[in-house]
Amino acid sequence: MRQKVESGYFGAFGGRYVPETLIHALEELEEAYERYRDDPEFVEELDSLSRDFVGRPTPLMFASHLTERWGGAKVWFKREDLAHTGAHKINNTLGQILLADRMGKRRIIAETGAGQHGVATATVAALYGKECVVYMGEEDTRRQRLNVVRMKLLGAEVVPVVSGSRTLKDAVNEAIRDWVTNVEDTHYIIGSVVGPSPYPRIVRDFQKIIGRELEAQARERFGGDPDAIVACVGAGSNAIGAFHPFIGREGVRLVGVEAAGRGLASGEHGASLAEGRLGVLHGALSYVLQTVGGQIREAHSISAGLDYPATGPEHAYLKDEGLAQYASVTDEEALEAFTLCSRLEGIIPALETAHAIFYAERVAKELGPDKNLVINLSGRGDKDVEVVAEALGIGTGEVEEVSGEG
Amino acid sequence: MKGSERLRSAFRDDRVALIPYLTGGYPTLEGAREVGEAYVEAGADVVEIGVPFSDPLADGPTIQATATRALENGADLDYCLELAGGFADRVPVVFLLYFNVIFARGVEKFLRDAASAGVSGLVIPDLPVDEAGEFARLSSDAGVAFCPLVAPTSTDERLERVGELATGFVYCVSVAGVTGVRDALPPGAVELLRRVRSKAEAPVALGFGIGSPEAAAEAAAEADGVIIGSKLMQLVGERGAEGAGAWLRRVREALSGVVRSEGRYQELA
Repeated sequence: MRQKVESGYFGAFGGRYVPETLIHALEELEEAYERYRDDPEFVEELDSLSRDFVGRPTPLMFASHLTERWGGAKVWFKREDLAHTGAHKINNTLGQILLADRMGKRRIIAETGAGQHGVATATVAALYGKECVVYMGEEDTRRQRLNVVRMKLLGAEVVPVVSGSRTLKDAVNEAIRDWVTNVEDTHYIIGSVVGPSPYPRIVRDFQKIIGRELEAQARERFGGDPDAIVACVGAGSNAIGAFHPFIGREGVRLVGVEAAGRGLASGEHGASLAEGRLGVLHGALSYVLQTVGGQIREAHSISAGLDYPATGPEHAYLKDEGLAQYASVTDEEALEAFTLCSRLEGIIPALETAHAIFYAERVAKELGPDKNLVINLSGRGDKDVEVVAEALGIGTGEVEEVSGEG
Repeated sequence: MKGSERLRSAFRDDRVALIPYLTGGYPTLEGAREVGEAYVEAGADVVEIGVPFSDPLADGPTIQATATRALENGADLDYCLELAGGFADRVPVVFLLYFNVIFARGVEKFLRDAASAGVSGLVIPDLPVDEAGEFARLSSDAGVAFCPLVAPTSTDERLERVGELATGFVYCVSVAGVTGVRDALPPGAVELLRRVRSKAEAPVALGFGIGSPEAAAEAAAEADGVIIGSKLMQLVGERGAEGAGAWLRRVREALSGVVRSEGRYQELA
């Protein structure tokens, strides 16, 4: 029924489906963003912290062993795993804390699934001396104990969420409820390109630095644009950041990889672009995993970062316009790529990223030699070792045995 | 008479409209009917039925928990339409629901189904006026009133837009926050009511956090309607439909003594 094309929408997707109480805060955020995004002082502060605090630019690395193994296109890693706190998440939280500070907000809230965004938020809140509250599904606080401790060390309060399905989507609900209640002095740093307008656009803009660096590095390293960029997609912030400068550019294939979990047919997955229907969740119209009656379904993925039942509205738009292609990879396949990358390249990737690595093999073979394929290595996998150890049956006993032999 | 007209006629000059809320399917599918019956007996002027949703982000813990339970009980939109049909010949029924439930059925089909079940009006917490233009038009064409929400943070421009779109009542959110029980009427509520009145012709009902007959009476001095949700759901949980009904009767009594302080409705004889 909607034909609206105006700011806040990506084609038919996006919008601002939120309680009236929040509209004012969203307008205030939008105004602040418009005021500061090109302000030289703001840009300078963001640039210098990106360099000194985050460690940007992150390198573009030639993955020679995977290239050799797959025998297709040259494989490159954009090393977001080397960014401070271990993933691309910091790009967004840093940008938003600068905005929050200029807006005079003294309190920061965030949601987190695996804890990466929570840690990235707690980190910048510490840097700017803000009070910080992170909402996290109760189940996740148990599974990701280490990240809970990290957040606490950084001075944040971690609130276990016990409502609804006690997962990431409920943590988002709880953060929104907090924001509705404390909107005067609180800024909500949402973790991905989701939520009501202007969030999907702001988060994307802060993540675009990945693609901008990649563009320059690609020219320098192989004299042109990559032939393909492959990135994992949960809600979709690392993918949109890597894709953005290349959208619509001829000869650059953009591939987003969703979580197929236990297989699309099982219904237990996080592939909302593949299997979702159009719907409204957390303030935006996009593809959503839901029942016939419109109840939101729980997503499943072995990687908590892809365990979200919707996708950012801009990805929905890119998919429908044919500007990017989306595929999905199962838990098992992701584990295979996780192990492969660790052993061949000496990099333990995040389980999220492992989805992209698995699918990249197919793309590399399709492209053939003399082409360049970039995998956005969105995060490192330290956070996942317990989950992987359990899934692969690696006990610490074995490790002791091995070290005993040596 | 169209549902929207019935709803408007529930707001009368001589008394404040009492609008109790129930979650469809809570505490059980049958229990929700009993709750509705108790409300009607206690003198409800409008019954508000919450259609349960998995992710009710405008609701506090009390109502969320009732929605979770209702979904476990198997409550869905069809059940809620049937539930509404059971009361609609006696009092106007308003649905409170989240937009995705409407969207999943298809807007036009939903409106036809709601109209034929006798639903008079719709409160949709996550459909602010910016997104509601076309929906409000379709809804009023279908004879189902659109009841937009306003909050203390709403600007005057937005209140004007609300005034244009409201074909039922304006739902005044008394505090910046989610639903829940609060002891007293928050200080900004009266000012908000007055601001809304100056911009909208539709009746104004106050909700979010009214937890005692005294607070209801205080609200009634300024508002055309009083919406009570969390407190009643709490009572249903503790004392069942009968207990909630008994408490609501006390509210009805407290409201009957209220002298309206100003506005288009004059004080009682």
